[in-house]
Amino acid sequence: MMITISTFLAEKGIYLLTFILLSLGVAGIVTCNNYMKKLICMNIMQVAVIFLFLCLGQKSKGTIPVAVEGLEKAADYINPLPHGLMLTAIVVSLGTTAVGLSLLLRIREKYGTIEEDDLLMRQELLSMEERQRRKQELQRIDT
Amino acid sequence: MIENNLPVLIIIVPLCAALLCLLLTGINRHLGRAVVVLAVLASLVMSVMQLGLVIKNGPIHYAIGNYKVPFGIEFVIDSLNAVIIVMISTIGFISAVYADHFVTDRRPLLHGAYNTIIALLITGLLGMASTGDVFNLYVFLEITSLSAYCLIALGGSRGIVSAYRYMLVGTIAATFYLVAAALLYGATGTLNMDDMAKILSSGDYDTVMLLSMCFLIPAFGIKMALFPFHGWQPSAYTHAEAGTRPLITGVMGKLPAYAMFRFFYCIFGTDFRYVRYLMLALGVFSVCSMLYGSLMAMWQNDIRKMLAYSSVAQIGYISLGFAIGTPIALAGSFLHMIGHAFMKGGLFFCTGAIRYKFGTTDLNDFGRIYKKMPLTCGLLTVAALSMIGIPPTAGFFSKWYLASGAADQHYWIYIAVLVISSLLNAVYFFKLIEKVFINEDAGLKDKWSRGPELPLTMLIPIVVCFVAILGIGLFNAKIVDVLLLTLGEVGL
Repeated sequence: MMITISTFLAEKGIYLLTFILLSLGVAGIVTCNNYMKKLICMNIMQVAVIFLFLCLGQKSKGTIPVAVEGLEKAADYINPLPHGLMLTAIVVSLGTTAVGLSLLLRIREKYGTIEEDDLLMRQELLSMEERQRRKQELQRIDT
Repeated sequence: MIENNLPVLIIIVPLCAALLCLLLTGINRHLGRAVVVLAVLASLVMSVMQLGLVIKNGPIHYAIGNYKVPFGIEFVIDSLNAVIIVMISTIGFISAVYADHFVTDRRPLLHGAYNTIIALLITGLLGMASTGDVFNLYVFLEITSLSAYCLIALGGSRGIVSAYRYMLVGTIAATFYLVAAALLYGATGTLNMDDMAKILSSGDYDTVMLLSMCFLIPAFGIKMALFPFHGWQPSAYTHAEAGTRPLITGVMGKLPAYAMFRFFYCIFGTDFRYVRYLMLALGVFSVCSMLYGSLMAMWQNDIRKMLAYSSVAQIGYISLGFAIGTPIALAGSFLHMIGHAFMKGGLFFCTGAIRYKFGTTDLNDFGRIYKKMPLTCGLLTVAALSMIGIPPTAGFFSKWYLASGAADQHYWIYIAVLVISSLLNAVYFFKLIEKVFINEDAGLKDKWSRGPELPLTMLIPIVVCFVAILGIGLFNAKIVDVLLLTLGEVGL
């Protein structure tokens, strides 16, 4: 029993860990109250997918995909495609993070807070003020 | 030379314009915008040429950089995406023309960046429609989403918060898509869609497909704002920047639906063992979407929020076609995709125009504006009637094809929901028509009183949408024939 568990973990354990990382990221985005923490969780989630692709690309007894003399079979080299794809995914996640950070800066500038419940309260207050101002304007037009 | 490279030129031209725009705006304020508008116009012309070629010669397979096909990236244009590309570039062109009136900050850097982002959004949408590669689709999806976050954030202080929340949810969707792509790639070892479909149908891959289906439904569901995943959509659509709102609301939600179709019908195919469950799940989500969206839209006083909720319902119609699965129902869904882009785009062109002229988006202020804005109110009425589904507008025919597809498969409950949802649509759209034509004049002040009702560049989009809604309705049989060239092979 112990042996089967340990061989299972040795072969598939990395997928389990990646899945845990992915769920941690999603759970963090859903439950955290602070927008900065949400952004960090988003990054954790993206890293989990990068791990997943790299796990798919692993191969024992393979060398880097540059032609070496004496090694002519495809089995001797690893497939560079997953790594290439993940370079793109890393760039995309960098771009998303940059947009997210700049949006956060603007939120902080406009509302003075990046806590979600504070922010919603402030939005509510603002829209109430706006409604009252409109009402007063309409009354002024009527009179 | 141009004819052989059409699929890639359609995408490259707006992309180059986007990269040049910022630089050129530094030289002259109007130059950057002119380049973007001309580039999108060029794409429009080329996409019409491409549609003609596809109808005449069949699907185009274009290998980028002449790399051999399963290894390099391939663009595949069949009659479906040729039509969708024409739709994207038309709406892209008219919104690029229209958007400039809403730029308040005329500093060259900001003005140029604004046009750059519009061009990038159009590039991303066109790329999503053209590509035949699973990972390339992800890249274009992210280009689209990142530019959409920026455009939503430009819509004032509430827009920034909506954009941030959309960004978090949208990234979850993109990540789920990538997980599904990883699973499929791990099983088949290829990223090309046609190749993947061939390998998946040749062996026993049902478990992997089921697993990736569980990731794909939420991924596309979030991006297209289907009912349980729509949380981000109403506030994002409401607070998006006014000039590009038609592009975001009209076109952006449709492309993930198109990608979903590609995955479930072209890659997984209808021989997939769990296809029943897939269609049942899609059916349940679409039915909930249609009812929930229409019910929520009835309670809204802000016209933008009303239209945003009605989009949730209308996306439900599109995925309902995928849940039925016969070629006729699929044709209905695609006809609705195209028609709804013009209807929703048109309605948002109108609300933008009304806001530009009178500075209000509250439904209660709309009393008798038809006297001051006859053309705008004409489009508002036609689009509203089309949303309800009154012939001879586009909306009637797409619902008709959906209903006849459902009747073929004996899905009576779908027909019932289709009718109920249309009646609910009637409630809130007649409310809109009543406010415009019957309510008392609210005595709004004109902000634009020179000459005709609106500047010319704002009238062009309104007229184009008006013609398109009626045209799609009147020539629906021709469009469906073109769509069926491809759909006849993939449906049930």
